[in-house]
Amino acid sequence: MQMNKKWLPYILVSPYILHFIVFVAFPVLFSLVLTFHEWNIISPMKYTGLSNYTKMFNDRMFWKSLTNTFKFLIIHIPLQIVVSLALAEFLNQNIKMKGFFRAAFFLPVIVSGVVVTILWQQLFGFDSGLFNRMLISIGFEKVGWLIDPKIAMGSIAIMATWKNVGLYVILFLVGLQTVPVHYYEAASIEGASHWQKFRKITLPMINPTIFMVVILSTIGGFSLFIEPYIMTGGGPLSSTMSSVLYIYKQAFQYFHMGYSVTLGFFFAMLILGVVVIQKKYIEQGDD
Amino acid sequence: MKKKILIYTLLIIASLTFLYPFYWMIVASLAPESEIGSLTFLPTSFSWNSYTQMFSKIPIGKAFFNSMITATITTAGVITFSSMVGYALAKMEFKGRQTIFYIIIFTMTLPFQITLIPNYITMVKLGLVDTYAALIIPFMLNAFAILMFRQAFMTIPQALIDAARIDGCSEVRIIFQVLFPNIIPTIVTVGILSFMNSWNEVLWPLIVIRDENLMTMPQMVTLFSVGGRSEAQLGVKLAAAVVLALPIMIAYAFFQKYFIQSMASSGIKE
Repeated sequence: MQMNKKWLPYILVSPYILHFIVFVAFPVLFSLVLTFHEWNIISPMKYTGLSNYTKMFNDRMFWKSLTNTFKFLIIHIPLQIVVSLALAEFLNQNIKMKGFFRAAFFLPVIVSGVVVTILWQQLFGFDSGLFNRMLISIGFEKVGWLIDPKIAMGSIAIMATWKNVGLYVILFLVGLQTVPVHYYEAASIEGASHWQKFRKITLPMINPTIFMVVILSTIGGFSLFIEPYIMTGGGPLSSTMSSVLYIYKQAFQYFHMGYSVTLGFFFAMLILGVVVIQKKYIEQGDD
Repeated sequence: MKKKILIYTLLIIASLTFLYPFYWMIVASLAPESEIGSLTFLPTSFSWNSYTQMFSKIPIGKAFFNSMITATITTAGVITFSSMVGYALAKMEFKGRQTIFYIIIFTMTLPFQITLIPNYITMVKLGLVDTYAALIIPFMLNAFAILMFRQAFMTIPQALIDAARIDGCSEVRIIFQVLFPNIIPTIVTVGILSFMNSWNEVLWPLIVIRDENLMTMPQMVTLFSVGGRSEAQLGVKLAAAVVLALPIMIAYAFFQKYFIQSMASSGIKE
């Protein structure tokens, strides 16, 4: 009985330890080993020294995929913050049907990205897509949403914003409700305008939420995969080749496991670096 | 007053922006193929044609079953194992507790891109490619769920646990019979998030499942959409998308509040 008591906590956490070893610790260490090898899974591993790394630094497609991913983030994050903050600010007023609006904004969040992508592929269609039909009806030219290499990534960023914005509306709503009402009342007595109140009270108060949204959408953006996979296959002219899609292709189209793992390792370090820098910046902002 | 009208107008436009595309998708999937390119509100006639074609081309019913099995077992696993770990971390004293806690925090920040390919290799070496196990086991535990349970158990008064111990309850019975009724909101949150994540996951199934009879729904719809089998027919692709969206949408219609709360709490994890 006494023995049993002593071991019980370890028995309770053992599934986690096992899971951690098999799916986290081992893969991380193994991928470090694999980055120095060439392997297609079937034939034996071949030690190749640093050749995966030199290949990576000279692989223009990989660097293009990184540029594409950053391009996505640069459009996606500001758009996401502006739209979700605006919608949250509207919802935070004394209005009716709040629940309905919230539920409507949230619908795309719960639906599979596959559904959203198939749907938007039709909306973005060049000849008979809904967006181009609307543009024509008000006298504009058709836009090559997914076929113009200059704007295809932007189109995907708009779609991703549409899909995720509802979640960030809710997060901002929570943030907005922490702002004490008497701050606004005091400002009103001083004769502050809505815009002044927003800039001087709301924005500084919800800074933590803004940074949280930045970090969450950064991590989300770095995982971009299924949208280009379905919509464009990475095209046109590789303009929507995201890093995860490229890593996937290296592994499962060309079976370069060692190389693909090298890219994954490097990319993960890059993500960690970006997130750490963002967090540092947040802590400084808090002081 | 003027301001109010402006806000309502903007909110209504915004909700249409989010709702109308779904309306369009459903109507287009029921419209004759020739009309989808000009459809805005209603087609001249409705037909199930796109659906019957889709059902005859892919075993979507089987995929629905696979997704259901995968998501249900994964969710049950996450709730069982994560609550056990969470309980040990919250209410038991043992050597290494702090270390395990830090490991959990660390895994939360680790990008999945680093483990994706090695985990596939593990599946190959364990002979689990093309099995349900490959879809379920890697997701049966997760750091976020453990932290949620730990948090919930910490708020429970020690007296309740002591009383149960005096009554001779085993620790496992304490967790599942005495404490579970007190942390229902946490169970619901973890349950909804695990089910949804499992149901919507597509990259991992694309990697570990090749056998059509074992494919999950998002995977099958994805491959149907990018492959040649939909023969570039818009209606058929949209019908597949509707069938994929419907189960979650129906669940959302009933448990909307819980969905929103759960997702929001997953955002506010720090």
